[in-house]
Amino acid sequence: MSMVDDKVPEALPRRSFDWRFFAEMPLASKVGLAIIAINAFAVIFAPWIAPYSETEMFRDLGNWAPPSAEHWLGSDQIGRDMLTRIIYGARTTILIALCATLLSFSMGILAGFTAAVMGGIVDNVLSRIVDALMAIPTLILALVVISVLGTEIYILVLVIAVLDSTRVFRLSRAIAMDVAVMEFVEAARLRGEGLWWIMRREILPNTIMPLIAEFGLRFSFAFLFIAALSFLGLGVQPPYADWGGMVRENAQVISYGIPAPLYPAGAIALLTIGVNLVVDYILARQNRSAAAAFEEQEL
Amino acid sequence: MSDLLLEMRKLRVEARGADGATNAIVNNLDLKLARGEVLGLIGESGAGKSTIGLAAMAYARSGCKITGGEIIFDGSDLMLQDADVLREMRGVRAAYIAQSAAASFNPAKRLNRQVCEVAVRHGVMDEDAAVARAIELYEKLDLPDPRNIGRRYPHQVSGGQLQRVMSAMAMTCGPDLLVLDEPTTALDVTTQIEVLATVRDLIRQNNNAALYITHDLAVVAQIADRVMVLRYGELVEEGPTDKILNDPDEAYTKELVSAREAVIKPRVQVALPDNPVIAIRNVTASYDGKVDVLKNVDVVIGKGETVAIVGESGSGKSTLARVVTGLLPPREGHVEFQGKRLSQALKQRSRDDLRRIQMIYQMPDVAMNPRQSVAEIIGRPLTFYFGLTGRKRDERVRELLAQIDMDPVFAERLPGQLSGGQKQRVCIARALAAEPDIIICDEVTSALDQVVAAGILKLLDRLQKETDIAYMFITHDLGIVKNIAERTVVMYQGDVVEQGSTVDIFTPPQKEDYTRKLIASVPEMRTDWLDEVLRERGDLFEIDAKAHT
Amino acid sequence: MLNLLLRRLALGVMTLWVVSVIIFIGTEILPGDVATAILGQSATEENTAAIREQLGLNRPPHERYVAWLGAFLQGDLGMSLTSRRPITDQIGFRLENTLLLAGLAALIAVPLAICLGLVAAIKQGTIFDRGISISTLLTISVPEFFIGYVLIFFVAVQWRWLPSMSSVNTRMDIWDKLPLLILPALTLTLVTVAHMMRMTRAAVLSVMNSPYIEMAELKGIRNWRIVVQHALPNVLSPIINVVILNLAYLVVGVVVVEVVFTYEGLGKYMVDAVSKRDVPVVQACGLIFAMVYVGLNMTADILAILANPRLRHPK
Repeated sequence: MSMVDDKVPEALPRRSFDWRFFAEMPLASKVGLAIIAINAFAVIFAPWIAPYSETEMFRDLGNWAPPSAEHWLGSDQIGRDMLTRIIYGARTTILIALCATLLSFSMGILAGFTAAVMGGIVDNVLSRIVDALMAIPTLILALVVISVLGTEIYILVLVIAVLDSTRVFRLSRAIAMDVAVMEFVEAARLRGEGLWWIMRREILPNTIMPLIAEFGLRFSFAFLFIAALSFLGLGVQPPYADWGGMVRENAQVISYGIPAPLYPAGAIALLTIGVNLVVDYILARQNRSAAAAFEEQEL
Repeated sequence: MSDLLLEMRKLRVEARGADGATNAIVNNLDLKLARGEVLGLIGESGAGKSTIGLAAMAYARSGCKITGGEIIFDGSDLMLQDADVLREMRGVRAAYIAQSAAASFNPAKRLNRQVCEVAVRHGVMDEDAAVARAIELYEKLDLPDPRNIGRRYPHQVSGGQLQRVMSAMAMTCGPDLLVLDEPTTALDVTTQIEVLATVRDLIRQNNNAALYITHDLAVVAQIADRVMVLRYGELVEEGPTDKILNDPDEAYTKELVSAREAVIKPRVQVALPDNPVIAIRNVTASYDGKVDVLKNVDVVIGKGETVAIVGESGSGKSTLARVVTGLLPPREGHVEFQGKRLSQALKQRSRDDLRRIQMIYQMPDVAMNPRQSVAEIIGRPLTFYFGLTGRKRDERVRELLAQIDMDPVFAERLPGQLSGGQKQRVCIARALAAEPDIIICDEVTSALDQVVAAGILKLLDRLQKETDIAYMFITHDLGIVKNIAERTVVMYQGDVVEQGSTVDIFTPPQKEDYTRKLIASVPEMRTDWLDEVLRERGDLFEIDAKAHT
Repeated sequence: MLNLLLRRLALGVMTLWVVSVIIFIGTEILPGDVATAILGQSATEENTAAIREQLGLNRPPHERYVAWLGAFLQGDLGMSLTSRRPITDQIGFRLENTLLLAGLAALIAVPLAICLGLVAAIKQGTIFDRGISISTLLTISVPEFFIGYVLIFFVAVQWRWLPSMSSVNTRMDIWDKLPLLILPALTLTLVTVAHMMRMTRAAVLSVMNSPYIEMAELKGIRNWRIVVQHALPNVLSPIINVVILNLAYLVVGVVVVEVVFTYEGLGKYMVDAVSKRDVPVVQACGLIFAMVYVGLNMTADILAILANPRLRHPK
């Protein structure tokens, strides 16, 4: 080697997934990961791990029974096992949020990247539509639409996805714009590469981490959102078990000192905390200030 | 030594990395500075010179810590003082002049508030006296409208003037020690010379002691009595300025002294090529359709020839590259490639046209996709233009790596695992892979340290001899131009001021005033250069008035 | 700069207009038919037609839009379908209650958050500072109704310091309402304060590494003076932005909190109307909420323009 000039950084392992992602995780984020895993487990195996059936009423137990050895979290307003309801409730609430997030992500990223790369009129039209939708608080707009369309589950998913995709659009457009002005993208354009190649090979690999973090944030947004709607009585309707709805159904007894609504509300809080702990770590890892991400998050 | 002002003994400064590990950025350094003496600290990036300058004020940047040694300022060890004593000393007894005045002034406050803040806050004088003192200093520093300039906000004042206002700020309390951290590096050469002259006069008039920090030996030669050469946080060599410039002992110092002077091309007269590779014909270009950034530019580049495009910021030299590559279609005029007219816009050019014109950028960091390996980066043009795949492609990548003096093991690395010089080499290999007729080099050495830059220039020259490639070499650094380019084009605010054989352009007397001023402003490696230029300045700096309005 | 301000104002008016169109489209043109929505199960062809006639649904949409917006601008919000009374009469009291609640929360949260944020920036890296980042994460993750019910459970039920429900009526004056407002206002404060605090801290710290702060330190300026005099003026616009963003958040968060505490405000009124499919009420409330939101965002932008020295003092 004739010319090794300045200090050369040491070679690092590359390619395959970097396992240090987990190894270097602080305890808090590991806890977050565990919370997510437990919830995922509950969603998948609900019928096997739930102690009782979803609809079984325990007459002898009565309504709002206190926790006991047989019923760890007591019973709900019509004498069903609270723990069972919460485990089944995970299914409804989390799956709706997941569907909405996946949908909003596909729409948002596609539109965002297209706007960033095509520019011009396409960008302008898409951006103005998003501006207009974002000018109205999300919850208010959702209430307006639901008042007419009703509360079918597919409608809820669609409404949340469309409203949420505006934020995905903004972020993915901004990230793609940042990358698109880098000289290596200019170099690819000068080489004569096509649009699709530039999007897929030059831009996407450099945006993947922020997008994963954003997925977490958007999921917790959609999740809190569906919970809030159900809490207001405008989301998932009975007889489905659903965390937001369970808070609502049990709310009245809090005044009598019975903590029943706190269990489902706590379950909601726990999962979002878990997701945010992991997202925080991803963001810190790629040196994007977590504060900036918090700023984007909004209900 | 009774007139000793500052002494550092076995100074050690450590930085804490993101992973929590510490490493020493300054190690075991001894330094002595007498009253009235100017000491130059010179070194490349990572030499720890700024850190030493700040340590003279017992200050460490966030993430750094002074972990060992003594810093004796006027008889007392600063390391033993508490925070209040240090605060009282900073700004009053020792003052700092930073590299970028534009960044070092608070954008939200008027200049006078900031200049007077030191004196008022330390109770040296009241507001009125401080303002009067500031105006007096502004006058001394040749600032226009000294009575009112302080009422402006930083963004309302030009870069060269701001640098002088910062000097005034440092002088308000009449400090014993000045720390100057690359005070002229961010400026254009013609502005640099002005600031350099005022700063030197200031130090001489007030008989300050000063630490002058720079990466540029030629600059320090004009100011310093003594020079310390630093590398990786340790002292390489120390001595009187003359000795370091003319008779250095250490190999590294010798390399540093000769890096700028490396003569690569023979200095001969050359004529315009008959069959140019690239001919830029009467090009006028504009970004917004209103202001022309290029005005009727006419340049030709022949086979195997290096043509330097030089100018200061705003001269339009990088815009010219965008026109040639097709990124910016010109408003008028056109570009010919081997006698054939090229399509104006990138999208209409054929793949072969694109292949024949390649580009290398100033910042290799952002010019390569951080997620692709060296093999992918160099291999992509091979696949794209020549359809090479598999083993044939790997074979060719290895050849190209050999051509740029890099070991084949680097093929599997990511850009983040290469040094600055290696990154730029990979960019060169990527351009070479397309087997172009011309490579546009846009400030390819300005982000690199001088010794590394010299290596890149030698590599480019060797490649030219091997492949007869032409270079359009865009740079603001006239120092290297005369050593590498056959012909030179001087640009100023979108116009070609002068072009011709490099020998002609650089041999006095120059035809054009601007060229003369530009060339005269390039610091030379001798101690009497600044005096000489100032003696001859005369009409030379009248253009200044035009440039700064 | 005046130009810039006028343009922003014009944009705000434009946005309001677009918002009114969206809300109108949302309720009137989407596939769901208002008449069937109102009648639900009992819809027959005759009574559907009757409702359509009554609501003027047979006219073309643009005509209805103009009529609706015209009436709205004159303060006529239409008739409620369920109570059959003018919405304007029912909204006044509730709007007042909502503004009272959001205003009280803002009054506590904003100064508190900015002061704590500055202290956190000055005491960077201490326990106090770490506490902030954890509490931000918690409050951003936890739904308002969880905080609300936890407060009710402990403060109102277990310790019996305050009433658990905040039922107000038209006969109460502000002093009667105040004790009822404490818990809901506290909930809203908790939801917003940590976020504002963290953003203030982040904004200040983002400039604390800049050369002009280093210069101030090298001039021997005191620490708190550097933060207040050198850092703060340069981060006014991000801080204003965060504050207003959170005020806007209050406007929305108020909906859930009002339901939790059964507080008679605009939010609860709107939620009730949605479940009863009382479209004119939903439209009116939606437009009012959106107006407040758009107005706040416009204020943020205008203040940010005013806080920028480059725009205040052009070259």
